[in-house]
Amino acid sequence: MKFEVNGEEIFASTGGRPLDKKKPLIIFVHGSGLTHMTWVLQTRYFAFHGYNVLALDMPGHGLSGGKSLKSIEDMSEWVNNVIDALGYKEASLVGHSQGCLVTIECASRYPNKIKTLSLMGGAGAIPMNPELLALAENNDPKAVDLMMDWAHGPAGHFGGHPVPGLYHINTGAMLAKSRTIKNTLAVDFRACDNYKNGFEAAKKIKIPTLSILATDDKMCPVKEGEKLASQIEGSKVEVIDNCGHMMLLEEADKVLNVLKKFILKNYPSK
Amino acid sequence: MGDKKNKGLDPKTYKFDTLSLHAGYQPQKNAGSRQVPIYQTTSYLFDDVDHAAALFNLERGGHIYSRISNPTVAVLEERVASLEGGTAALATSSGMSAIFLTIMTLCEAGDHLVVSSQLYGGTVNLFRLTLPKFGIKCTFVKPRDTEGFKKAIQKNTKGIFGEIVGNPGNELMNMPEIAKIAHDAGIPLIIDATYQTPYLCRPFEHGTDLVVHSLTKWMAGHGSSMAGILVEGGNFDWMQNDKFSSMTSPYEGYHGLSFAEEFGPTAFTMKARAEGMRDFGPCLSPQNAWNVLQGIETLSVRMKKHCSNAEEMVKYLLEHESVAWVSHPSVPDHPDHELAKKLLPNGRGSMIAFGIKGGKDAGVAFINNVKLASHLANVGDTRTLVIHPASGTHSQMDEATLKFAGLSHDMIRLSVGIEDIDDIKNDFEIGFRAASKPRLVSNQ
Repeated sequence: MKFEVNGEEIFASTGGRPLDKKKPLIIFVHGSGLTHMTWVLQTRYFAFHGYNVLALDMPGHGLSGGKSLKSIEDMSEWVNNVIDALGYKEASLVGHSQGCLVTIECASRYPNKIKTLSLMGGAGAIPMNPELLALAENNDPKAVDLMMDWAHGPAGHFGGHPVPGLYHINTGAMLAKSRTIKNTLAVDFRACDNYKNGFEAAKKIKIPTLSILATDDKMCPVKEGEKLASQIEGSKVEVIDNCGHMMLLEEADKVLNVLKKFILKNYPSK
Repeated sequence: MGDKKNKGLDPKTYKFDTLSLHAGYQPQKNAGSRQVPIYQTTSYLFDDVDHAAALFNLERGGHIYSRISNPTVAVLEERVASLEGGTAALATSSGMSAIFLTIMTLCEAGDHLVVSSQLYGGTVNLFRLTLPKFGIKCTFVKPRDTEGFKKAIQKNTKGIFGEIVGNPGNELMNMPEIAKIAHDAGIPLIIDATYQTPYLCRPFEHGTDLVVHSLTKWMAGHGSSMAGILVEGGNFDWMQNDKFSSMTSPYEGYHGLSFAEEFGPTAFTMKARAEGMRDFGPCLSPQNAWNVLQGIETLSVRMKKHCSNAEEMVKYLLEHESVAWVSHPSVPDHPDHELAKKLLPNGRGSMIAFGIKGGKDAGVAFINNVKLASHLANVGDTRTLVIHPASGTHSQMDEATLKFAGLSHDMIRLSVGIEDIDDIKNDFEIGFRAASKPRLVSNQ
């Protein structure tokens, strides 16, 4: 669906079901340079099981208008603006990679509005490899190729997509190349690199929080995810074996099962 | 972000020859079986009712029924998608069913396609005779007439279809320019790349949006199994205009799903599987998928030999006194020689068309007398194959259509195999000798 936030037309997938104000809202926030489509194997399930789902295209990404936001802080305010723009009082947030930084910051700023937090491939800080950052800022498609290489574990490199016939690395690359690299991926990378408030924000979070980590995640390794989780009171950690950073696609079913259990318990649909 | 141990910023994703052997399969998830297992089953257990409902509603990935998907077939699909540089693929029971499924996913009654006139005879009949029965009309354009493709586009045109190197005349389409024409009109370019395989050409790198293959041919190589595939490039924006409403608007068959919104770069394949396989059902058997996988493991090795043998045969035929003309993109005076160098850098393929002196009767005598080369209606076998198109693959065409398709009665279509080149030449000598003898019976 398309709607307006801060004067810009924004797109979000609702998981195939129109929004229904009587149902609780879950917002999914994608990673650097990506789009709402990374969430397709989680969003449709929740949309058909009692929830409102918004898998956002961040400004300037995917099908959304506007320009990419330049800081994690701005992105977190923007997510809050989305909740307000649609007239909701509260929401549960789910983030992947950069989306974890955004949702941590948002949850720390709006403790009464954000009810649960689910982090996939998250870390308290995501410093960027300077060469990768330079490639992206020079609009070099090699930046996407490197990201796809590092972001995928064995499933991505050999194959074995949960949806028959889909090939991970090329699909991910196509999403990251769907808009101009220097205007999306590069801006996101720079925002991640600049963000230093992750651990401080984490300490303020008192809501139920789940961290899903993956053993073969090179971009946000398990130890970094655990370090972040240790700063969040009562945070729950699940580690998925033989899986890379793109866990939400590589091991979509396992991720959905863990997420489902957590959200159904902590943010039940009436 | 990134592995500190990573020396030098080069992606370490697997390359073509490795993907040919490994893509789409993880032994760890299949009892450690090094070879891809043949999942000879029709259906798959659901965990519970909720799991079943989620699979049927595309909320989760997984298998339901082997008409829709099968784990062995899925390995083949991923393998071909990876080799083509595509986002997704859907294997079918034959190349023709891949084309039919693609067109039926793209078009509706009242739609129109612009189609190259040089195609496999079966494909010509599909576009010329069968699709009109479904209300889909086609305009044929000669493959070299790039401007003609543009002129033929109508308001209701939904795509351009062709073969990179036309069958059997060996005329090339200027794929990058025709892709631009298609994209300027907001429609996709669909290419049948059977003759090339991704080893010789990756059409997505030249602007193509959808690729189809008959896997029966070079991809499998062994000539034992029928199979086809549709591969999606993932770059076409289905939402750029209102031409593809079945991709962009809520689809009743899946609770209001919009394929383009939900699946983006894999939307076409998802629709082709969810709708096309469900409703038409031209599924590939797991045994045939496995057979094709065996062939793909050696694709680049075989293609190199096919191409080197073909170039040897081109030289041999050019010098032969019984040969009137030779058409192959490697011949310097072939009109598309330069374009072929650009589009087919790894080799110009192993299909040769040549004219035999003495016309149809000589052609018939040649084919009836060769011993090593097989006379049959296939191409891309590891064995050398010959046929006389005017009386075989394209025999259902009338004189005018034959001429428009670039066929002549003296034409022999040769699919060069990977036998010892001397043996192929010796066999052809037998054929040419027979063809040059007086043909008393036919002359009477």
